[in-house]
Amino acid sequence: MIRILIDPIACDAYGYCAELLPEAVSLDEWGYPIVDGRPLPPELASAAKRAARDCPRRAITLRERTSGH
Amino acid sequence: MPDALDLLATTGQYRLLGHPTDLAGHIATLGPAPLPSDASRGWRQGFIAAVEASGLSGRGGAGFPAAVKLALAQSGGPGGSVVVNGMEGEPASDKDKLLLIRSPHLVLDGAQLLAAATEARRVTLCVPEGRRRVVAALRRAIEERMAAGCAPVPEVIAHPPDRFVAGEESALARWVDSGRSLPFFRPDKGVALQIGRRGALVHNAETLAHLAMIASTGPEAFRARGLPEDPGTSLVTVSGAVELPGVVEIERGTPLIDIVRRALPTGQPQALLVGGYGGAWVGPQDFATPYASFSLRAIGATAGVGVAVVLGQNACGLAESARIAHFLAGQSAGQCGPCVYGLPAIADDLTRLARGQADPGLLARLHRRLGEVDGRGACRHPDGAVNLVRSALHVFSADLAAHLDGVPCPHWNRPSQLRFPDSARAA
Repeated sequence: MIRILIDPIACDAYGYCAELLPEAVSLDEWGYPIVDGRPLPPELASAAKRAARDCPRRAITLRERTSGH
Repeated sequence: MPDALDLLATTGQYRLLGHPTDLAGHIATLGPAPLPSDASRGWRQGFIAAVEASGLSGRGGAGFPAAVKLALAQSGGPGGSVVVNGMEGEPASDKDKLLLIRSPHLVLDGAQLLAAATEARRVTLCVPEGRRRVVAALRRAIEERMAAGCAPVPEVIAHPPDRFVAGEESALARWVDSGRSLPFFRPDKGVALQIGRRGALVHNAETLAHLAMIASTGPEAFRARGLPEDPGTSLVTVSGAVELPGVVEIERGTPLIDIVRRALPTGQPQALLVGGYGGAWVGPQDFATPYASFSLRAIGATAGVGVAVVLGQNACGLAESARIAHFLAGQSAGQCGPCVYGLPAIADDLTRLARGQADPGLLARLHRRLGEVDGRGACRHPDGAVNLVRSALHVFSADLAAHLDGVPCPHWNRPSQLRFPDSARAA
């Protein structure tokens, strides 16, 4: 399972992550990403990796979890 | 500087305020700090066991268990720093200033004990430069200790900027390390802070004083006060609509209303602000809530930084909350978007509400913004602001309904019953 972690200091509201991964990332009214912290379904793993790679501020970290915690 | 209002009845040994201020008197009362002759493993184990047995939680805001923090710092290896957090940036708090002026040796002994337990090489005391009485008391205490050989590890005073967020522990460690007073993003709280690539243990001044008392008088003396689930005493600064604002030392578990009564409220309180400006409003139905982590959490509040502000009847809780929200917005470190943009937006919504100028979508928008900002900063600064505003909407729900109907607050133009630093008063 993968979880998305966003570094709020690094993030500059480019918003690419919400475009690449709309199933898991929404934007607040100022354009900063909101993630709910829940594990992603496996079919979103490659989109999540792309979102992390393409973030201009490198603000996204993906955490691999083997089990629930 | 307000005074210590009331000391605990001296039926037991355990208290923080009321000890002699000078080193000779301090040692005559408590004995020298029980430091090891050399950093022997047996001594360390004994000290850690005493801290664990005491159940002491941090008194600087987060209420983190002191024993867990100590174990974390020990994993950082020798050569690190102990940082005394004397920043007290909370406008309604004076307890750490008073403690550092009255009982500096208790705080410094606590820092030396932690330095011995973690094999740290330095104690750094962080106090804003403008706090002249605190700085003078610390200078005098450090000189006394050097002359008497009571400071095995050097004690150094440092002056970070006098800002609200400067006292956040990661911001403080970073400032000591690099001169930049900014919080870190720490998704894993189980990682020790660092200064100069060595471990850093940051503790609030009051927590250190408790550690020194526990080492001297034993964990049982600490646990003899307060509740089994939340033992010991706490310093609480009481202000607002009271005749005698000041600092009280109370047992954990004391009902909120009994704490503020010591400061002589000028009338029946309308509400209490508990925990500080990032804390929560408490309404009359909860005035008897025991001052303890679990019972305050159950009503959406927190012991926070040890603050209780009495709101009198001639005040609007929403207008006061709007002032707090503007203050907190202005104190953002400016690093995270949700805090930078969200807090001013929330404060503006609340101001409009209190003035009876709400647009039809205001309340829904405000609730959405509170939900979106909560938990989205690198530090807990925005979370505290969100909690404060949420509690205001709940506790002052009658005012809320009136203001939403376009009835402005009759108390809007009255001077605030709260304290703000001069620099922030314009808001």
